[in-house]
Amino acid sequence: MITDSRFDGPGPDSRWQAALAEGRFLIQRCAPCGAAQFPPSLACRSCGAAAPAMVEASGRGTIYSTTTVRKRDGSHNVSIIDLAEGARMMSRVEGDPDRVRIGRPVAARIVTTEDGAPLVVFDIVGAAK
Amino acid sequence: MSDPHRGTTAVIGTGITNRWDAPGFSAFDQLQEASILALEDAGLSLGDVDGLFCAMSVSGLPVLNVAEKLGLNIRHADGTMAGGSSFIFHMRSAMAALNAGLCDVALIAYGSNQRSAGGRLVPMPDPQPYEAPYKALYPISSYALAAQRHMHEFGTTRAQLAEIAVAARKWAQLNPAAFERDDLTVEDVLASRIVSDPLSKADCCLVTDGGGALVMTRADRARDHAAPAYLLGVGTAVSHRQIAAMPDLTTSCAVQSGREAYRMAGLGPGEVDHVMVYDAFTICTLMFLEDLGFCAKGEGGAFCASGAIAPGGSLPVNTNGGGLSCNHPGMYGIFTVIEAVEQLRGRCGARQVAGAEVALAHANGGVLSSQATAILGTAATI
Repeated sequence: MITDSRFDGPGPDSRWQAALAEGRFLIQRCAPCGAAQFPPSLACRSCGAAAPAMVEASGRGTIYSTTTVRKRDGSHNVSIIDLAEGARMMSRVEGDPDRVRIGRPVAARIVTTEDGAPLVVFDIVGAAK
Repeated sequence: MSDPHRGTTAVIGTGITNRWDAPGFSAFDQLQEASILALEDAGLSLGDVDGLFCAMSVSGLPVLNVAEKLGLNIRHADGTMAGGSSFIFHMRSAMAALNAGLCDVALIAYGSNQRSAGGRLVPMPDPQPYEAPYKALYPISSYALAAQRHMHEFGTTRAQLAEIAVAARKWAQLNPAAFERDDLTVEDVLASRIVSDPLSKADCCLVTDGGGALVMTRADRARDHAAPAYLLGVGTAVSHRQIAAMPDLTTSCAVQSGREAYRMAGLGPGEVDHVMVYDAFTICTLMFLEDLGFCAKGEGGAFCASGAIAPGGSLPVNTNGGGLSCNHPGMYGIFTVIEAVEQLRGRCGARQVAGAEVALAHANGGVLSSQATAILGTAATI
């Protein structure tokens, strides 16, 4: 045994991207300590355990902070989302950027960007379409 | 009981090019001029340097390039790259290396031509696949997210942030070497174009060229030099790379770097006469003054808006004009130390802080990611 089987196969970034391409939004959940984390890593950042497992995210979260990027060709939102599981990620809250507020509940969905890549974005829960 | 490192090393020379818009002068030219000036200031020559510490955004191998260009024969080097705070990481490393006898004369140097090379931060090869697709403006949106959260939790206002830009400009007007010296009012800042809410163009640092350098040696050798600034304490910390990984957007790991620097120095914020904090954006000044204990968490807005940090206030902060008004070549941290040393040496003219004996220089790297704090003192503090 030359390599350690815990680290066999594609790395966490590749596995995360592959799942996203199949329409699944994953985060990691450390079996020993129970901590959730994002982005994925080969180590649990809470307890130091190796190779935390990938699990499906609930997609529920709240807006931790938010900014509107204002460019000459238009504005778009950039937010940091506190996921219900306890991990945190950067994303975009869809809809009118001026309606995005810290503390609002949000739900994830996967969209396809202009260049064809899958991307996790969020909608405000209960927002009028 | 005093820390064994306290006061064992000193900055004996500083070099600053004051060339903030210098077409035709490369990043390495800026670094070399600053290095030569710093060694001349120390009464030493390039041949005396046996320890080299540098970081640049234009080169992944700055130690090799700088050693070649300056003809250095070094036996110790450190190219730690922690962003704009790197040079205070280098000071801590130089302190340890000097005390261990790994080198006798440490040169810490930086240069950049980001303004004349196109006026943008030079992108380093450091892909961020979990943030890049969201098209945040780098780095301003990261700081905007921190500012927005600070406003949400503590009621901090854009007008309070604007006071920070105005205070920096008032100091710059006392510094003939500052790049921006025109009058600036709170109304001007509030009327400036919003780039990433809540931060406007006037909440952002300058984009300039520039070079800076420091020469450090052990205290026993420093006594032979004019007005050494002794390193009383220095602390470093890293909390994240991407802004979404910052544990608390309103509190940086300057708390940790500051605690270590104060512990080593045996001093607290109340004993600091002069403060330099890396102001890449107005929110940085506010957060770092809180995190370093100059006011309570959440009170930075009111503290900065009170006039405390402007000329004539109770706490002289960023007396060169800061990254907001003096210069910002991209990795500004070394200039916080240079100004702190020059204040302790009493060489700051109209902006001189009378009787400054203890100065604190604090620098930030990445997006509030790395933090480094140095506390320097005159011979009277040893």
